[in-house]
Amino acid sequence: MEACADTMMNMSNQTSKRNVRYVIIAIVIIVIIAGGLYYQTTLNMGNTSTTSMMTESSQVPVSLLGAGATFPAPLLQKWTVQYGQLNPSITISYNPIGSGGGIQQITQKTVDFGASDAPLNDNQLAAAPGLVLFPETLGGVAVTYNLVQFGIANTTILHFTGPVLAAIYAGNITKWNDPQIQALNPGIALPNNQIIVVHRSDGSGTTYAFTNYLSVVDSAWSSEVGYSTSVTWPVDKLATGVGSKGNAGVAGTVVNTPGAIGYVDVIYAVQNHLGVGGVQNAAGNFVAPNLQTILWAAANATGTPNPVDLRLHIVNASGAQSYPIATYTYILVYKDMSAQPNMSLDKAKALAKFLWWAIHDGQQYSTALIYVPLPQNVVAADEQLLMSLNYQGQPLVSQ
Amino acid sequence: MMNSNPRSRAQKRARPPNFFFLILGLAAVIIPIIAALMLYEIGNGSLSSIDAFGVSFLFSSDWIPNPPNGGPPILGALPSIYGSIVTTALALVLAVPVSLGVALFQSDLAPIKLRVPSMFMIEMLAAVPSVVYGLWALLVLVPFMRDYVNPQLKSSLGFLPLFTGPTTGLGMLTAGVILAIMIIPYGSAVMREVISAVPRSQREASIALGATNWEMIRTAVLPFARAGIIAAVVLAMGRAIGETMAVTMVIGNVARISPSLFLPAETIPSVIANEFTEVAGNDVYLSALFELALILFAIAFIMNLVGRVVINRLSFKVRGELPA
Amino acid sequence: MSFLLSHSRRRKAGNALYIILATACFFAALVPLISILYETIAHGAAALSLAFFTQVSPPIGGNGGGILNAIEGSLVMVGLASLIGVPIGVFAGAYLAEYPGKFGYYVRLLAEVLTGVPSIVTGIFIYELIVATQHRFSAFSGGVALGVMMVPIVAISTHESLKLVSSSIREGGLALGISRAKTLVYILLSSARSGVITGIALAVARVMGETAPLLFTALGSQLMMTNINDPASSLTLLIFDFGTSPYENAHALAWGAALTLLVIVLSLSIVVRLASRLKVSGTE
Repeated sequence: MEACADTMMNMSNQTSKRNVRYVIIAIVIIVIIAGGLYYQTTLNMGNTSTTSMMTESSQVPVSLLGAGATFPAPLLQKWTVQYGQLNPSITISYNPIGSGGGIQQITQKTVDFGASDAPLNDNQLAAAPGLVLFPETLGGVAVTYNLVQFGIANTTILHFTGPVLAAIYAGNITKWNDPQIQALNPGIALPNNQIIVVHRSDGSGTTYAFTNYLSVVDSAWSSEVGYSTSVTWPVDKLATGVGSKGNAGVAGTVVNTPGAIGYVDVIYAVQNHLGVGGVQNAAGNFVAPNLQTILWAAANATGTPNPVDLRLHIVNASGAQSYPIATYTYILVYKDMSAQPNMSLDKAKALAKFLWWAIHDGQQYSTALIYVPLPQNVVAADEQLLMSLNYQGQPLVSQ
Repeated sequence: MMNSNPRSRAQKRARPPNFFFLILGLAAVIIPIIAALMLYEIGNGSLSSIDAFGVSFLFSSDWIPNPPNGGPPILGALPSIYGSIVTTALALVLAVPVSLGVALFQSDLAPIKLRVPSMFMIEMLAAVPSVVYGLWALLVLVPFMRDYVNPQLKSSLGFLPLFTGPTTGLGMLTAGVILAIMIIPYGSAVMREVISAVPRSQREASIALGATNWEMIRTAVLPFARAGIIAAVVLAMGRAIGETMAVTMVIGNVARISPSLFLPAETIPSVIANEFTEVAGNDVYLSALFELALILFAIAFIMNLVGRVVINRLSFKVRGELPA
Repeated sequence: MSFLLSHSRRRKAGNALYIILATACFFAALVPLISILYETIAHGAAALSLAFFTQVSPPIGGNGGGILNAIEGSLVMVGLASLIGVPIGVFAGAYLAEYPGKFGYYVRLLAEVLTGVPSIVTGIFIYELIVATQHRFSAFSGGVALGVMMVPIVAISTHESLKLVSSSIREGGLALGISRAKTLVYILLSSARSGVITGIALAVARVMGETAPLLFTALGSQLMMTNINDPASSLTLLIFDFGTSPYENAHALAWGAALTLLVIVLSLSIVVRLASRLKVSGTE
């Protein structure tokens, strides 16, 4: 009896509850339909421009995924957007996860191309048979700092030598007004505050370039720490090291931390209005990173690029006004793209076309982001490599 | 009971395998399958690291994934274990008293009309996603700690090794604070359930004897609820240890063991989050991260198990849903 | 322990202290909540605009842009997660309610423990299981990771809701000759409907706010996801990336995304709980 009454009461309550439910379902359906329509229109708005120029001849729609270094990320992401506007059927996504990530993911074949500022060492190349690399741009690693709170504007260029930087990152110099720093910057009232030393917490080609420089100019650093995409920073054990993820993370930490010093690609420092230091180069001059000084570093680097091994070292280059912490940055692809499980012939062709565009037309976007356009001899060597890219023997670049 | 109904017993014996039972059973069995698969994948992934480092992994404080001479990586979990323990301990020190206070307020002190709104407000805290906590912590809490709290602590308590060193705001102290904020809703909800489970007769008896509110709580409620409160603390500890995003955003990401709470450090989840995608073809390094995940899984599993078993034993009187 | 001793002033003071401290604790716990809501609304509202909801996220250092790809990714992955988590969770919860026994007890305990597993461990698990074997980061793997998280949550709340249904209703159904399956679906689940839906809504709110499992599965993307086997962004991944970047524009977008996420999650959590509380007090 009681169960009967309960059930009936439940059922009448359920009727009104059910009505409310139907209304909610109707609203949800309307929202989904509206969303779907919206999605259809904005999918075209969002990814491509409404006036597309020079559309390539009909292309099977493909989507490509690249991941890796944060150092060239502003330029790479600019390229993917621009190229996507030129070729609406090709969508390329670039995820900046750090050079270490780029190397790992292309080795694991979970991405279509990788990017790294650190050239792969022989072990890493052995772990990824068939992987080749070529430089797509070059830039400078800026020593950046934030002393605004202490009365030093970020337009002031502080001077650093290699050994002084090594001492800072080793935790041997701990205060801004240390005599060694002060001696390099007479006339600037450096504060008596601790230096907060910011480095990368993830595997980084920028770290590679920076520590490469430190190893070249400071023998103690070279033997105790060395250079790599991730090192054990002595400053962590001794004093005030802070790790941040990506170039953007380091820049962000320096922005938010008075008295911090860090190393980032120069565009990150400039866009965030941070101080950029003048670093002493091999000729003894204090040089700040800009397009000209980085270009001189590349021009003065020893030797012509070897088309077989395109790993180029331009750290601590000679030349009166060469910036000493300049670095090429590399794209990593498989020579025979059929080695990648998710790569079809169409995707491989599209990727090769994109890369060809990047080293030619794409270079026009570099200077605005403070990357130096590739020197002609490097472009020639890259062209040779790109022409050797194939899919089961079928060449991908037809020029 | 139903099963003693002769008709259904006969039906059960006569019918072929029960479709209903199969579907439901299949769904239920997926849960242990998930747990087992998880354990298998993570355990399997850890094997190279366990092989290479053995037990010393837990006690070694060097984290050198790429030694300068190109040798094999030298990895140790001690800095991340240390960071996890310290931040969790700090979070508990801050959160347990506050949770208890909140639970007592909600179950004992709040006027009836305020009771539901007060639970509602604390549940809002629980619903905020971890990454939003992290964003707020990074952009609001860190400057606040750096500019107001840390200098105060330094000047008044700077003689303790806990409060030495430069204060960037990114470090174990801020991580402990945000963790505490995040576990208060969970801890207080469990405590409130446990406190409400104390029989009314006990409370009424002590009030009848003339006890004040506090005395009633102290003598009639807390002794009964003690085991449950401890279980709540254990569960909150399990939560705090596994928290990833908010901590990664404010802890400073440095492999360091130092007594100072101001200095950047790392926790097990923050190491995994930062370094997993980029172990750069280095099998032992990847495996070491799996081993860290295994350690994390084991700790969280055990804490949750202990906490839940204790609560279950106490909760036969508690109606309704336990906070999930 | 006699309360009749004449320490009344000290006892009253002790009591007053207790009341003050407990109340202070409660309000102290509210301070961060108020701050979070205030900051998110203040910064987030400033970032909202039509462009915000209709454009994809900008490249590093770029200006403008919006969070459309993040919204899409979140909806798709949570949708996939629900497709996995809800059926399995509801049926598992029904099993626990229909067949209480040793196995059921341990499954329930395991489910409770699984809800406490750190979500980053779930992310690594799915990376090994799906991403590494398929050699691709995908929204699919992200959705599966979230689905795996949803299963125990939904199972437990379904079990609890079904437990609350009075046994006389079940017995009534069986006495009428309705099979166990139909009793469950048409009678028990209907009675428990509000509780089950509440549980599902809360589980959806929970996974919508998760980031760690998506870090190594969906990876994140600057583009709209057109294929479920491609990487995708989500509101949470966007907040993490843009929050930790130094650019003001990125911060603005992160706050806007945080506001959007908060509105969705809080509405789900609170409205549903309020609705179920009102219903419970109405029918009892």
